[in-house]
Amino acid sequence: MRRILKYLRPYRTRIGWNMLLKISATAIELFLPRILSYIIEGIIKPLEKAPSVDIGAKTAEISVWAAVMIVCAFLGVAGNVTANRMSARIAKDAARAVRRDLFDRTMSLSPAQTDAFTVPSLESRLTSDTYNFHNFINMMQRMGVRAPILLVGGLAICATMDWRLTLVMACILPLLFFAVYTITSRGLPLYTKVQSAVDGMIRVVREDAQGIRVIKALSRSDYETARYDRENRALASIEGKTNSIMAAANPAMSFFMNLGLVSVVYSGAHLVGRGLSSAGNIIAFIQYFTMISGAMMGISRIFVMTSKAAASARRIAEVLDTGEGLPLASEKEYPKCDEPEGSVVFDRVSFAYGGTKEILHDISFRLEKGSQLGIIGATGSGKTTAISLLMRFYDATSGSVRIGGRDVRTIPEEELHSLFGSAMQNDFIFAGTVEENIRFFRDIPREKLVAAAKIAQADGFISSFEEGYGYMLTSKGTNLSGGQRQRILIARAIAGDPEILILDDSSSALDYRTDMLLRQAISSELAGVTSVVVAQRVSSVMSADLILVLDEGRIIGAGKHEELLAGCAVYREISDSQMGGAFLE
Amino acid sequence: MNRGGFGPGGGMLGNPVQQNNPNNRQKAQKLDPKTRKRVLLRLSKYLFSYYWIVIPAVILMLASNLLGIVAPKISGKAIDIISPTRNREGTSQTADPGTAGADASVPESGDGTHDASSGAETGAIDFEKLRHYILLMLICYLGSALLALALAVVLAQLGKKITYRLRKDLFEHLVKLPVGYFDRRQTGDIISHISYDVDTVNTSLSHDLLQVASSVVTVVGCVFFMISISPVLLLVFCVTVPVSVYMTKQRTTKVRPLFRTRSAKLGELNGYAEEMLSGQRTVRAYGRTATVSGSFDERNADASEAYYKADWHGAVIGPGVNFINNLALSLIILFGGVFFMLSLTGRVGPSSIFFIALGDLSAFVQYSRKFSGPINEFANILADLQSALAAAERIFRILDEPVETPDRENAVDILRPAGDVAIDHVSFGYVPGRTVIRDLSLNVPRGSTIAIVGPTGAGKTTVINLLMRFYDVDSGEIRIDGREIRDITRDSLRASYTMVLQDTWLFGGTVSENIAYGRDGATADEIEAAARAAHIDGFIRSLPEGYGTVMTDNGISISKGQKQLITIARAMLASSPMLILDEATSNVDSRTEKQIQEAMLKLMNGRTCFVIAHRLSTIQNADLILVMNGGDVIEQGTHEELMSSGGFYASLYNSQFL
Repeated sequence: MRRILKYLRPYRTRIGWNMLLKISATAIELFLPRILSYIIEGIIKPLEKAPSVDIGAKTAEISVWAAVMIVCAFLGVAGNVTANRMSARIAKDAARAVRRDLFDRTMSLSPAQTDAFTVPSLESRLTSDTYNFHNFINMMQRMGVRAPILLVGGLAICATMDWRLTLVMACILPLLFFAVYTITSRGLPLYTKVQSAVDGMIRVVREDAQGIRVIKALSRSDYETARYDRENRALASIEGKTNSIMAAANPAMSFFMNLGLVSVVYSGAHLVGRGLSSAGNIIAFIQYFTMISGAMMGISRIFVMTSKAAASARRIAEVLDTGEGLPLASEKEYPKCDEPEGSVVFDRVSFAYGGTKEILHDISFRLEKGSQLGIIGATGSGKTTAISLLMRFYDATSGSVRIGGRDVRTIPEEELHSLFGSAMQNDFIFAGTVEENIRFFRDIPREKLVAAAKIAQADGFISSFEEGYGYMLTSKGTNLSGGQRQRILIARAIAGDPEILILDDSSSALDYRTDMLLRQAISSELAGVTSVVVAQRVSSVMSADLILVLDEGRIIGAGKHEELLAGCAVYREISDSQMGGAFLE
Repeated sequence: MNRGGFGPGGGMLGNPVQQNNPNNRQKAQKLDPKTRKRVLLRLSKYLFSYYWIVIPAVILMLASNLLGIVAPKISGKAIDIISPTRNREGTSQTADPGTAGADASVPESGDGTHDASSGAETGAIDFEKLRHYILLMLICYLGSALLALALAVVLAQLGKKITYRLRKDLFEHLVKLPVGYFDRRQTGDIISHISYDVDTVNTSLSHDLLQVASSVVTVVGCVFFMISISPVLLLVFCVTVPVSVYMTKQRTTKVRPLFRTRSAKLGELNGYAEEMLSGQRTVRAYGRTATVSGSFDERNADASEAYYKADWHGAVIGPGVNFINNLALSLIILFGGVFFMLSLTGRVGPSSIFFIALGDLSAFVQYSRKFSGPINEFANILADLQSALAAAERIFRILDEPVETPDRENAVDILRPAGDVAIDHVSFGYVPGRTVIRDLSLNVPRGSTIAIVGPTGAGKTTVINLLMRFYDVDSGEIRIDGREIRDITRDSLRASYTMVLQDTWLFGGTVSENIAYGRDGATADEIEAAARAAHIDGFIRSLPEGYGTVMTDNGISISKGQKQLITIARAMLASSPMLILDEATSNVDSRTEKQIQEAMLKLMNGRTCFVIAHRLSTIQNADLILVMNGGDVIEQGTHEELMSSGGFYASLYNSQFL
């Protein structure tokens, strides 16, 4: 919490003024019942024994005080509204800063860190947690100031009027507080359970909406209905329970508040009987008690809100405080090797995710500038991991990955990544036009995008869209076929004039003819570009200068197509079985 | 229920946060009056089917409110006992203003206004009577609270029953709808109807309606008592009620739309964050973090401004409510004070409409607060009701959606058909006027394998949809063993096929349940045998709970290929005479595919198979290959025939060796 509250520091002065205003405005309101009591006790009551007094003058006096009350009411509303607006502004500015920093930090987490947090968790931190924080800052400045002032100020004024009656009132307040606090603190955790029951119910609906064909094909509607009914029942039951508990809050609050009123009237009567108080006081106290118990409820809500906000703040701080996942290492630590410019070297590289079994084991190879590397192997053989190490999404557990003799750990991220153009398996397509997706926020002229799309064999289908390059893609590119998506991604990789082009299983959905045209275009148009092609399809890598066959993280074959056909059993097996990747898109 | 009685804190407690949560999509479309009436009628049917809850609820609500309303009047009487205004004791007694003050020997009121203790009235306080009133007050308040509690519990039960029933009705209707309904809609929309819309309707049925009734009771009750106390003082509300109404109007016309904009902007921001987060690695790979952060912050600023703008206008609400209360208080004290003074000094008698006793004045102030609560809430409730009606309309629209046409009356069950399939001059389009399949004819003898190949959108999946009767043909007919499939019951028709689809579908049950999904009562041995045949047994055993592992989205990581193998195992368990494979092994790598090939061949053996495939090995061995493009079968024949004809198929085939 403290970590996040630092974001309020720039607004110290504004918060100070705001609080002052809020306090004054609330205090002004607090005087209203006091004036009321004075009008009754100070002005009117004395007339009882002097009925012949000048009524006109007294009426004027009452009017003056009533006018004061109205002025107070106006000042109160004006002050409170202004203060609320100020706090809304402060909350907005602070929350914006938190959200911005959190987003920046989130985007720069290393993949290992992202995996540790998980993407859904990061999402909810960015959305609902910052939202909670925003509300908290806003409401704290309003309710958090107003409620204590009403409570303390109200009690203080009451004490000056009649300390005995104040004591009576003060005895009821803790009851009120605990009633509300107990109910809400018991009820709120139930909402989490309700939420997970809702999730359970929604999961069935989602599954069934997506699997409706299978369900109908197997005539399992009744089974699904029963499955849904279980979830629906569970949800209804927990919802009913939660609502019943939370519903107790309002009657309990009213009851304790009214109990306070009765006590004030009753004990007031005794005090009046002994000449220690007055009826005007009692009436004023009834007013104060309503105000104060309102404040009390506010305070118990502040407690609940604070604990919720604290949890959110902690979750935000966790991300902000995460250290650099892949720090830049010095060349002292990893000295530069004497290797030709633009060469890619894996030197006895092994890798394991956080202590689990090795995904890559003792991988070594060397690739000269402008040559082509093919990596082939079954799913889970470590192909993509090798690429992740090259692009330094992860650091090798042992060994070293070098580009032009420099260890990738010593190359600043911006510089390192500017070398690459990469199209990954299931890569990212965002809601935007085709052009925007190929450009990908870079400063690339349109002609170049078109040229890249032509090489990627994408220009044809893009031009067939009515809007051409202005065609709007949906998030994840669901309005494209798999092969079209892949070609957009390849165009994106080519468009930035990379030194190293990485295609990770990125032409698997293309039919043979398109795949062939793509390979031809790349080798003729992008001469001099080093390329790394990961594939399951032999035809995609057969023309490479070097083909690595990976199996369970080890290189079990390396060489050219013909060499491997002759010398590597697995490669031959794959090649034979492949009469086919995608015959047709 | 009674939110009106909380005093100044009330405005502060009215929670503007929750109702504007961005996750609550606010869709407050207005319905035309005719629809509104129809929806309302249908909704009330739902509500009144629970009359045995609704009626007690109404009684509880009335009783609780009435007790709550009587109480201030009693407290006024108690105060009158403490500080009697002359001749006011015993209201029936006709008093003579001239001789007033005889019994109330009021001592010196002291000098100070602050030192109240010295300025108190003593005299004969009738404690007997006071205790009587105090007891009455306690009973009223306690009774009111208990009844309110009971009401709340009853309402929670009502809400529970209504949501349960609405969700149940919706779901049971949904599973009866044709597949086309789901094809045309986003899953998210369906989910939003069954969760968000149902919740909205429920809140309104189980809360707002009674809240309206309760508000009416409170307002009427308060007005009644205020009139009985002092009809003249009631005129104070001629000032405050218009202010309330004005504020309410402002709120509905100005503030609410702003909150809607705010929700929309926040949703946009969240959407952007989620999208970019999912592409985080790519963004980094291209070194675009700064640019993306910049455009995030633009949206961030937008959302923050929208947020601020809504808050800026919304900031008036809480203090505004307090202001109205305070203004009413001031005016009541001004006029009430003067009336009280006149009454106290005997210038007006108890019969005068200007007469007011101190206790009555106190009661009047309390009523004025109670009274303004519902008035302020009214606009909110009205808006809630409006969005509830819109939500209900969406729900009813689903419930009115026509279900799959029932089986023909003379439809028969086919048990274990031989598997001769004939497609006879079939045409079909999903949308009228846009034909997807044109005049397709095809004869498939039992046990043969038909491969359907063609680019995306060629109509391959459509053929499957028609075979399974997910959709019905527009013209022509499909026959199994010579019988038109519309003369066969859907259940038995579908049961005679086994499907493995490209989009693997597993549900949130255990692995065993998923494999046994197509066959009730499959033994553990059979399930494991099927898994072994699909080469997924080893993987399943490596899962934390083995075959008992629950398939959820989170937790265990299972690849697309592994999912597909599980669905293949599912198919292996089924014993239907016909098989549909829609790119069944598209996610399986070629080595694994080779390993399961034997099992697949066994699965296909003796069955009529429809295979949508892109792997050549599968296609090559088919008895007949259909090459589809743009809804037409452009070539048809065996691999050899197609190769020798040198058409589209042959050119595709040859390109893989280049």
